[in-house]
Amino acid sequence: MAEEMLLTDDFLRQLINVGEVDILVGLRTHNNATTIESVIRAIQTGILKCFPRERAVIINADGGSQDKTPELVVSASIDDVRSVSKVYALRTLHCISTRYASNPEPGTGLRAILAAADLLHAKACVVFSPDSTTIESDWLQRLVRPIYSDNFDLVSPIYRRQKFEGVLMRNLLYPMTRAIYGYRVREPYPSEFAISGRLASDFLNKESWNEESSRLGAEIHLTVAALTGAYRVCQSFLGPKAQPDRGASDLVAAMRRTVGALFSSLDIAFPLWSTITGSHPVPTIGAQSEVVMEPVRVNRKRLRDMFATGVAQLEPVFRSILSASAFSELQRIATLEVSEFNYPADLWAKTVFEFAASYHKSVISRDHIVQALAPLYRGRALTFLLENRDGSEEDIERNLESLCGDFERLKPYLLEVWADRK
Amino acid sequence: MREIIITELTQAFQDLVRGFAHYLPRLIVMLIIAFVGWMIAYLLKVLARSILRLTRFSKLSENAGATQLLNQAALPSSTELLSRFVFWVAWVGFILLGVSVLGIVGLQEYISQFFLFLPRLFVALVILFFGLLAASFFSRAALLAAVNVNFRSSRLLSISIRVIISIFALSMVFEVLGVAKETMLITFGTALGAVMLSLAIAFGIGGKDVAREFLEKRIVTGKKEEKEDELSPL
Repeated sequence: MAEEMLLTDDFLRQLINVGEVDILVGLRTHNNATTIESVIRAIQTGILKCFPRERAVIINADGGSQDKTPELVVSASIDDVRSVSKVYALRTLHCISTRYASNPEPGTGLRAILAAADLLHAKACVVFSPDSTTIESDWLQRLVRPIYSDNFDLVSPIYRRQKFEGVLMRNLLYPMTRAIYGYRVREPYPSEFAISGRLASDFLNKESWNEESSRLGAEIHLTVAALTGAYRVCQSFLGPKAQPDRGASDLVAAMRRTVGALFSSLDIAFPLWSTITGSHPVPTIGAQSEVVMEPVRVNRKRLRDMFATGVAQLEPVFRSILSASAFSELQRIATLEVSEFNYPADLWAKTVFEFAASYHKSVISRDHIVQALAPLYRGRALTFLLENRDGSEEDIERNLESLCGDFERLKPYLLEVWADRK
Repeated sequence: MREIIITELTQAFQDLVRGFAHYLPRLIVMLIIAFVGWMIAYLLKVLARSILRLTRFSKLSENAGATQLLNQAALPSSTELLSRFVFWVAWVGFILLGVSVLGIVGLQEYISQFFLFLPRLFVALVILFFGLLAASFFSRAALLAAVNVNFRSSRLLSISIRVIISIFALSMVFEVLGVAKETMLITFGTALGAVMLSLAIAFGIGGKDVAREFLEKRIVTGKKEEKEDELSPL
């Protein structure tokens, strides 16, 4: 989609009325009427409290909401916030909404926001999730301040999580991004983040926007662009992460957005990541991680059964993706009962790397490769659940470090299977 | 009497020599055409092989499931098979062109029919290849989708889709080739009907308990189970 299509005449006219800004807050929405008002209120309060002198604008890029979300964004009055917080802004706070498409496409929504940030010469562009129920007014400051005061280019969030939430993030996205790109960014697929005007403009001008993985998982590509370019990256602790209700069907969609995007980023950045060894911590403001020990009900037998069924039913698919040794090991694990089930970290890292190499070589349809990983992820999720069931926060962190260590140690194996002509 | 016999024999021999002399240049032309044709066909084979390797045709054929079929039948790779096919079609074409130079009465019509048949053969092969590719792609897509929603008979569903698309592609191939049109139409109709009927019976009788269980879960306790079973990935 060309930039002219993203910036419609009406949207452009509204942006011209705003003029240059210091902070641009972006919200990508699609039927978020139930939560959007509280999110807007938190953002407005954050601006009034922490950035009263800055020129700010809230841009809503809507993907075809049917529940009047854009109307709610535009009509959210700052006067309500002023009367509650007793703080006054010295500048006008604009709220603009644009419909970028009739169907939601997160990457295109982000592109519309970045195009607006580029046009308005925003110094900092911060993006919030419209369905966050845990957002606080100081999240804005925690994300924007490092860019404004310390010249960082990307501020990635750190959340307080329930100990079994974010399993894909903790078992694949974080360890793999860390091993590949050499930086310990906890949330490579952030729901909330802030970027500098420089990174926004540079990322907007990348040519990969037409690729499906960029449209689906632009956040991953943004993180990778920041890690592989000459940009300063830091993390900022925000608070508890809201978990919207998700069903089984969402797992594959989530994997397409995240794992698919991460795998595709390897193609583009191969010369950069292939020489990196080990990993470095990134500057972090606030806690490194926080885990809530609340119990969670999970049907472990169902997870095991879905893993075993997947290994049995998808045999022809796995034979074209995995090495014979890895697959026979998976077949052995599939025979284990829940009580003795164990999908070891090193085998998991090997599996993911073999999937990444197969994705690179397109041994079958790339989308099918990502889908085929879902049953194996369930097996790894079950192991994660079992090994951390009675563990403390330190135990969970230790297990995660060990997993990341396995990913880093096995990186030469990725290079080997990457180069291997199957 | 003796002289007549000698005269007739001489006449017959002279006719034979004349006839042979008449045909010899044409025969030489035919042999030259066949030889040049062989060289051109060989070059085409090498060219086809290079193009197929460059375009990674073997991967496409692997995706289509054609490689697996060829391996099972102990046949050469798809790239080799297709380049050999190009060679033989080109060479046979040249041989027939050479034969037409001989001017044998009645043969011309068959030769022109062969040349008219070639485009249809090519179209049929293309349909067959893409049919197999589509069958493989959609059956794998169905298998993955079914496994990821925990559908019990994922493999059966996948195989059914592969068989239906393959039968459909084959019937189109025969339609294009003009071979046993009506038989194929009836076969396809019967096969599709049989598959649908067996599926209906299987779901209706065999799967009534599963259907009841599914509906109960979906309507009564669906949401609860989903939340319990699925760990938040992100």
